[in-house]
Amino acid sequence: MTSQTPPPLPVTVAPAPARAPAKYAVTLSTRTSRVGETLLLVTAIALCLMPWWGDRSLIRTSTEFLYILALAQMWNMLAGYAGLVSIGQQAFVGIGGYCLVVFGVQMGLNIFLVVPVAAVVAALVAVPSALVLFRLRGAYFAVGTWVVAEVFRLLTANASVVGGGSGTSITAAVQGIPVWWRDALTLWGAVILGVGAIAAGYFVLRSRYGLALQAVRDSEAASGSLGIRVRRMQWMLYIASAAGCGAIGAIIFISKLRISPSAAFSLDWTTTVFFIVVIGGIGTLEGPILGTILFFALRGLLSDFGSWYLILLGAVAVIVMIRMPDGLWGWVLRRFNLSLFPTRRRLDRTP
Amino acid sequence: MTDWLNTLLQGVLLGGLYTLFATGLSLAFGVMRLVNIAHGDLIVLAAYVALVAVETLHLPVLAAAAVVILVMAAGGYVLQRGLLTHTVGRGILSPLLVTFGLSIILQNLMLEIFSADSRGLQAGALETASVSLGGDITVGALPLMIMGTAIAVIVLLQLLFTRTTLGRAFRATSDDGETAQLMGIDTKQVYALAMALAMAVVAVAGVYTAIRTSFDPLGGPNRLLFAFEAVIIGGLGSLWGTLAGGIILGVSQAIGFRLDPGWGTLSSHLAFLAVLVVRPNGLFPRTRDR
Amino acid sequence: MSLLSVRGLTAFYGDSQALFGIDMEIAAGETVAIIGSNGAGKSTFLRSICGLLAPPADSIHLNGRPIAGLPANQIARAGIALVPEGRRLFPSLSVEENIGLGGYGGRSGPWTLKRVYDMFPDLYIRRSHAATKLSGGQQQMVAIGRALMANPDLLLCDEISLGLAPRVVKDIYRSIDSIIGEGTSVVVVEQDIAQALRVADRFYCFQEGRVSLGGRPGEVSMATISGAYFGV
Repeated sequence: MTSQTPPPLPVTVAPAPARAPAKYAVTLSTRTSRVGETLLLVTAIALCLMPWWGDRSLIRTSTEFLYILALAQMWNMLAGYAGLVSIGQQAFVGIGGYCLVVFGVQMGLNIFLVVPVAAVVAALVAVPSALVLFRLRGAYFAVGTWVVAEVFRLLTANASVVGGGSGTSITAAVQGIPVWWRDALTLWGAVILGVGAIAAGYFVLRSRYGLALQAVRDSEAASGSLGIRVRRMQWMLYIASAAGCGAIGAIIFISKLRISPSAAFSLDWTTTVFFIVVIGGIGTLEGPILGTILFFALRGLLSDFGSWYLILLGAVAVIVMIRMPDGLWGWVLRRFNLSLFPTRRRLDRTP
Repeated sequence: MTDWLNTLLQGVLLGGLYTLFATGLSLAFGVMRLVNIAHGDLIVLAAYVALVAVETLHLPVLAAAAVVILVMAAGGYVLQRGLLTHTVGRGILSPLLVTFGLSIILQNLMLEIFSADSRGLQAGALETASVSLGGDITVGALPLMIMGTAIAVIVLLQLLFTRTTLGRAFRATSDDGETAQLMGIDTKQVYALAMALAMAVVAVAGVYTAIRTSFDPLGGPNRLLFAFEAVIIGGLGSLWGTLAGGIILGVSQAIGFRLDPGWGTLSSHLAFLAVLVVRPNGLFPRTRDR
Repeated sequence: MSLLSVRGLTAFYGDSQALFGIDMEIAAGETVAIIGSNGAGKSTFLRSICGLLAPPADSIHLNGRPIAGLPANQIARAGIALVPEGRRLFPSLSVEENIGLGGYGGRSGPWTLKRVYDMFPDLYIRRSHAATKLSGGQQQMVAIGRALMANPDLLLCDEISLGLAPRVVKDIYRSIDSIIGEGTSVVVVEQDIAQALRVADRFYCFQEGRVSLGGRPGEVSMATISGAYFGV
């Protein structure tokens, strides 16, 4: 040990640390990103041509895959990029679905034309919802969105014009459309939504708004200096996501042909995308794609196990959230430093 | 007229149950800034534990309640130390998503173990006993007892928070965890104790849920929403506000149900949204953080 | 044996390094001033000592016992108290509750609620007020009283004169004098060089995360100190 009184310190002035000049370059586009763009384009074309080369069950599975992927991207857009966790996106899925009943079955509009109408209706409904919900922050916003979804579910269940609590059939609206066309059009709709969700997110996030959005996610308080624009951007994203979910809801129930309040406004829609996005990698565009693939694979393997399958998914999500908060894709990113759809600016040291 | 008075009274007393739902949530938020999405599922879990204690272990209801409180408090302590502690200080996303995952796990576990059937706890005479308040106005003894318990829980918590060292440690940790550590406070331990306390209140809510209502494994989310609404209506951090919030929800539900049986729950949600529009910070705001 | 022994202490905020190997010895009963400009690493140093930042293993010893890596609450119980920069009072606690909470660790020693009130009579009058409703100087007194209630072997004071009127600063430093008189070791971190050097037995000057100068106040010229302070 040292002596009782500390030794007198020599009076010295340490040299200031030398700073070597370093050069940096900010890059956004990479070789892998061009691979990503190409891959996306090729996949989209293959999917669009599927009615000519695939069988019916493949078409239906692909349709489901695409609309779940689109839903996951919509949720990721809110939670992953804007920091707005919603447990109530099923509100807009349900509203989109019920647009089929109102505009398709009752007013006789072509059921595929209802899809864009559903987007508009969902966006219109999102505006007053946002007015109330944006008074809440963080976790309270999340539970608030759930209340709103419940309100829409209960209102629908009480509305006998659209079938009340037991729901109604949509079959009347697709009579006269040949099955091949119905499947093909549903698939194309799902392709537009699935690929569109990725592409839209990609270009929005790579734009100058992208940086601001990521700042919002990382710290709402810190990005407060960005002023009202942050709030306005969260608004816009919330409404855009609602529109997306509305259109997706319409596609979902075109493929199901029967709708009820408990199915349309089911929390399961949000639970599913929660699994997908959290396990795949929240805050990335690739994460939800990886997550959706994983989700469908696991479901195929384990769906016979009923509740245990969901318990397992829940446990995996919890572990991923704690051990690797940026999910499987985040792990891949860190491991290999690559990104198919780069939305973050990279600081590379240039020689 | 007396009909409506009865409806109103029933609503007020129903608010007692909602207050008990909300108090545990409010406590966890107050100390840890944690919004526990699995809160409602934990209430249902407590109800099942009560059911097992009474029907399988053949304990009398009061003894069963004590067992449930102990089990849930211990579970809360372990839950915090083992799982939720990893989400502290990591922004809102992590605790929110972890407890959401937990909620799904709990619901499906209960489905596996207890099946999807609705259950209820038989409490004998207590369930049907009523108290006459003169004229045609009567209230059930059980709802009255629940309201009494809710008020007692709030009074006890208030005393704990203001009069005890542990209570001061709770408040200090909630204000500023880092500085609390500088005082020698083990904040992880404080969080775990707060969670144990919150779960003890959840246990009380669960026992009453089991006796008063029928419940099933998927009934958690609805109870979370009521708890959440009572907390927000009352104003964050105000326990008496939570009581007011619970009563407002109970009364609107009773009135809504009276008008049309399909409008009971809906009326509560609408009352909540209305309060949110008029008083965004709740009726008795205490903390600004939300 | 010195009370506090620091060897090769480094600290990081993410990727950026804030401290580059600090060595320091503080004897029992000694008062040490740490001076330096904004961003020199003074507060980082104190936060590392208290366990709020993770210091390298074996870099810090208190009474010969390694404390680096212990959680902050255990370091507090081991006998180090911090008066944090910006005071950091608990807003939902009253003045008396704030001060009383300082004794949470249960160490015995000369400081009691009564002794704190004797030293700061203003606080006794306002003991049931919300702590953050007090004036800046009084809040600083609460923060010092709260730290004293822990009966620490070593009291660390971070920028206790910041933002206070000169007259109030004088009062605060008078209390530091009586704390030193009690035999407690004190570290004062200050940007106000004159104030710090007046009470200190020795001083260290920090510059860009390193000790640029150390010595006894009487033995080093003001010119040398300001050279080390400003790095010119």
